[in-house]
Amino acid sequence: MKFKRTLVLTGLLAAMAGPAAVLADEQFVGLPSYRVGAYASGGSGLFGGWIDYMQMINERDGGVGGVKITWEECETEYNNARGVECYERLKTKGQSGNTVFMPVSTGITYSVLEKAPQDKIPVVTIGYGRTDAADGRIFPWVFPMITTYWSQASGIINYIGTKEGGMDKLKGKKIALLYHDSAYGKESHAILDKLAAKHGFEVTKIAVAHPGNEQQSQWLQIRQQRPDYVILWGWGVMNPTALKSAAKTGFPREKMVGVWWSGAEEDTVPAGDAAKGFTAAGFNVAGSNYPVIQDIQKFVYGKNKGNMEDKSRVGSVYYNRGVVHGMITVEAIRKAQEKYGKGKAMNGEQMRWGFENLNLDDKRLASMGATGFMPPLKITCADHEGPGKVKFQQWDGTKWKVLTDWVDSDRALVRGMIEESAAAYAKEKGITPRDCSKEG
Amino acid sequence: MQFFFEVLIGGLLSGVLYSLVALGFVLIYKASGVFNFAQGAMVFFAALTFVGFQEVLPGWLGLETGSAVVFWLAFVLALASMVVLGLLTERVVLRPLVNQPHITLFMATIGLTFLVEGIAQGIWGANVRGLELGIVDEPIEWLMDRSGILVSKFDLFAAAAAGVLVTSLALFFQYTRIGRALRAVADDHQAALSIGIPLQHIWGIVWGVAGFVALVAGMIWGARNGVQFALTFTALKALPVLILGGFTSVPGAIVGGLIIGASEKLAEVYIGPMVGGGIESWFPYMLALAFLLVRPEGLFGERHIDRV
Repeated sequence: MKFKRTLVLTGLLAAMAGPAAVLADEQFVGLPSYRVGAYASGGSGLFGGWIDYMQMINERDGGVGGVKITWEECETEYNNARGVECYERLKTKGQSGNTVFMPVSTGITYSVLEKAPQDKIPVVTIGYGRTDAADGRIFPWVFPMITTYWSQASGIINYIGTKEGGMDKLKGKKIALLYHDSAYGKESHAILDKLAAKHGFEVTKIAVAHPGNEQQSQWLQIRQQRPDYVILWGWGVMNPTALKSAAKTGFPREKMVGVWWSGAEEDTVPAGDAAKGFTAAGFNVAGSNYPVIQDIQKFVYGKNKGNMEDKSRVGSVYYNRGVVHGMITVEAIRKAQEKYGKGKAMNGEQMRWGFENLNLDDKRLASMGATGFMPPLKITCADHEGPGKVKFQQWDGTKWKVLTDWVDSDRALVRGMIEESAAAYAKEKGITPRDCSKEG
Repeated sequence: MQFFFEVLIGGLLSGVLYSLVALGFVLIYKASGVFNFAQGAMVFFAALTFVGFQEVLPGWLGLETGSAVVFWLAFVLALASMVVLGLLTERVVLRPLVNQPHITLFMATIGLTFLVEGIAQGIWGANVRGLELGIVDEPIEWLMDRSGILVSKFDLFAAAAAGVLVTSLALFFQYTRIGRALRAVADDHQAALSIGIPLQHIWGIVWGVAGFVALVAGMIWGARNGVQFALTFTALKALPVLILGGFTSVPGAIVGGLIIGASEKLAEVYIGPMVGGGIESWFPYMLALAFLLVRPEGLFGERHIDRV
């Protein structure tokens, strides 16, 4: 009788522990992707790169610390309501639910911003999202990493200043901002006004209504005003239309500087020769000659496990941006495992710690085969943004050519604005900022 | 004053391109009384199919990439695809709905939109493509030198192509037997059937012609901005044109396009800065709404009178 009871108990325990022991070897990542609809061309590249990188880690290294990465895509079509639906659906997937949510949409970011801390899921927004969430004291669960829109705008002005021979040469210059008439496009206004006041240049803001496939009147205004530079803060079809219209009105493309959502092959190829000479900022570069991309070719495409239908897009701007998303995800898992136990799947809280303690210095980037691919990245309790640096690439008619090293933003100015805005949010919501000196 | 004319001419030329898209709507509305919500998707499908064939034909037939043979072969195949799409739409979507309320047919075209968009991306992929028609998009130099006014060669070519197409179709529907049959079908399906007009035949022709118009519109818009999903948004530009010109008038589409094109550009330049800019997206709708209050049937639309 005693033996029977022991047998039953052992069986029950094995049944309970068994699946957990198997699942403990897998780390689930939910991907709210957009592969159909208006933004599919960018989405297919970005999510392809992201998945290929995780696949490469599984194939080459056997996962992170022996923990295989698993993932599931959920189609958002870049739609806020669907994004929230995906957030909810992915939340319960995997052994311990989704442990990181990267919405790849500013709209979806805002929609889940207040849910995520309750669900203990870190929200990582690389190159988009809510800028003032870079203040980690007030937004512990949100990570607008690498570079925010404000840092980018400041980086662009620094680049123009360098082109002109120094920041003092900006005095009296005219810069036109051609922006997508949306919250995304208007994100640049405050920082550019501050920079204009600081450096003495004049900024003219010209709105382009969505989707931006007609810009005749905007470019006639630019022609009339004759600015020294045009900053293109565009999205989707607005970008090639702007480049074509610039050519039509005779504005030199070498004097046009785009943001990172204007600087991909999807923006320049449709514009044909009109795009030649156009420069754009980016927190990642294009190219397939980086060891990290070559490892993907070898361990993923070499085994016919690649995600991209069109393999020629491997190494494109959006693809490499996806790889950066994958690298940051994997490195956060690795960092969290260092603290919470190697060979274990991490939960959302542990992943949050991993993101907050990321330190991808030159040495680490070199070992990942990504020197120059993305800027060194150090996240702290207070600073969830990191370097705030961008490189500038120029379209030569067929491919992007890197023009500069990592260009700094005006960190003091940008950080001041971030803290001011975050403090106002904290006051409105009754949030007491974390004391980072007490965080381990 | 020179700047004013520059904006005005640019607007008129853009307006002709809006007319081209509006024309597709008019054709189908004239034949079936249906507002074809899928017209934007058809423009996208047509352009994507054209560049898709341009990409694959050199590999299939060993032809030189970018050659004239590839261009015309791709055009013919894309046109054939549009005709097949039109005939299938008539056979699968419209025929079962003969004599159903117009709202039912309208709802069916909404479903058709998603289907056509999905099929296009499913076959040819979601990549953005460039499209070269061999006409450079740069100003006409002698006009620039003489008057300082900027007019694009490409815009002028596009306007001319659209003008020829609109005129041909207007004549075709006014003076041919098919045109008369089409107008009869538009007036009353049952009456047309009762006097022996083959409804399905007429619908097949009209959907085929609408497919041809979509291909021309898709090629011109695709050459301007690239062949991408955003081509479906061109339909948004056509709606105020239709309201203004009337849903049943081919000349109305062209006049409506010119008015909308010119007014939206002038409004953007002269009123836009006062209200923060970016008014091009809603100004044409406001103008169309104002017209609706005065002439509900549009400038050239047929007045609808009910005996009570």
